[in-house]
Amino acid sequence: MESLIVSIYVFTLAVFIGFELITKVPPLLHTPLMSGSNAISGITVVGALLAANANNWKLSTVLGVLAIMFAMINVIGGFMVTDRMLGMFKKDKKTEKGA
Amino acid sequence: MIYLEQFTYLLASALFIIGLKYLGSAKTARRGNQYAMMAMAIAIVITLVISGIAGPVQIIVGMVAGGLIGGIIAKRIEMTSMPQMVALFNGFGGIASTLVAYSEYLEPTTLPITLDVNITLILSLFIGTVTLTGSLIAFAKLQGIMPGRPIVLPMHQILNFLLMIGVVIFGVMYVMAPDVPMWPLLIIAAAAIFGITFVIPIGGADMPVVIALLNSYSGLAASATGFVLSNNVLIIAGALVGASGLILTQLMCDAMNRSLFNVLFGAVGTDDSTGDAGTGGGEQKTVTRYTAEDAAMIMDTVQSVIIVPGYGLAVAQAQHVLHEMAEMLTARGIDVKYAIHPVAGRMPGHMNVLLAEANVPYDVLYEMDDINDEFQNTDVALIIGANDVVNPAARTKKDSPLYGMPILNVDYARTVMFVKRSMGAGFAGEANPLFFDDKTMMVFGDAKAVVTGLVKSLKEE
Repeated sequence: MESLIVSIYVFTLAVFIGFELITKVPPLLHTPLMSGSNAISGITVVGALLAANANNWKLSTVLGVLAIMFAMINVIGGFMVTDRMLGMFKKDKKTEKGA
Repeated sequence: MIYLEQFTYLLASALFIIGLKYLGSAKTARRGNQYAMMAMAIAIVITLVISGIAGPVQIIVGMVAGGLIGGIIAKRIEMTSMPQMVALFNGFGGIASTLVAYSEYLEPTTLPITLDVNITLILSLFIGTVTLTGSLIAFAKLQGIMPGRPIVLPMHQILNFLLMIGVVIFGVMYVMAPDVPMWPLLIIAAAAIFGITFVIPIGGADMPVVIALLNSYSGLAASATGFVLSNNVLIIAGALVGASGLILTQLMCDAMNRSLFNVLFGAVGTDDSTGDAGTGGGEQKTVTRYTAEDAAMIMDTVQSVIIVPGYGLAVAQAQHVLHEMAEMLTARGIDVKYAIHPVAGRMPGHMNVLLAEANVPYDVLYEMDDINDEFQNTDVALIIGANDVVNPAARTKKDSPLYGMPILNVDYARTVMFVKRSMGAGFAGEANPLFFDDKTMMVFGDAKAVVTGLVKSLKEE
């Protein structure tokens, strides 16, 4: 039970930090924020690695392998598409236009 | 070793937080994303190092397959399809959590399984599965596989209620007899149906809210898995995503002046396809029709233009030619700005991305609150493919579905130009009185064709 209490502590504090940080993100960046969140929620891959890490193909291992796959789609896809999107955001280069 | 593991997870968590902080500014956002990437890489590596690689084939198969699929999607996806992609990825986050939780049920990492582990396991199965099926429905609606209109079953809310009761009962049965394999499967089944019945009554126009909410759930699902495994980096990263999704959900609701309850249970909206509701009979008011050439002539005499883009712009793929026009106007010394309503586009911030893709610099993109006072000093408000977000009926007409929704004050500009395909009303089905105003110029046609015509006329002068 003690570990549950600790987990609840950690969760609650993290939610507060999340609220604090995300409120400051301007609407300009809300779409990259969401695709970036996709990638971050792929952190489940850590749990999936533990589940799949066995030298057998029992059901629990197979489910773990599938979980790794889905989580990695999120991780790689999410980070890459966010980077691609953020690369498009450019500031106006006044000098480029000249007169 | 346990200390090494814990401290490394702590480092990863801190990097996630710093990454999100940097995502808060356009200048540092890319670096923020890279910090989060580093955090993820660190978490993955330490997990493998600490647990020892017992099944290298299994791990490589999963990582390579997922990485390849994710990479291909990220490279190929069109920016207009971002909402679908995010919806699908929310679902993947959900199913990953469910799979991990179920695998943990079959083959527990620590024995004996305590009551709190069992309770969090139920939560993880439930949230993960609801996120999965709900997201698949949202994806199908956005992709056009399913009709966008709300689908309401007979006794819909009672069904939802029964499913929730079912989950609670199965959960209690499971906790009392964890060895019976039927209970966790029943929890998954009820959650799967609930995810579907939860999203199908929500109309296509409300999908931005639903994607944001499911984004939050996918984070909570990861957190719940963290509870099951007592793993803090999962709990923290999941909580950050959960909070983020929740804030965006609230912002979207505020931008439509709707409560989350109304969005989820109101079954508001008609078919997703372009509104064909005419002007509605009654008194026949006259509209002044203009051509792209007329519009170009006006543009020749003005000093300031605010462009209001809506989703119709993206549908017509007119962003690039619009940017070309804006460049031409800027070159003539005209002050050009873009006003972005929070619900322009199909997901939070979508319109900004679509314009950024067309090379529009982000410092001419203004949020509603920052630009609304400028319309009164502006010569032309050019509205392209938007309607509801500029409808003044939202301010005055109490019985309108739009009433109270914050709008862009385009009607304060000296001249209002609408580029629209027809007189049709927007999603809300509310006619726009501004169409009939003396200072309004209606230019009918496909956004791309009209703006191309504008550019051509401007060039000829």
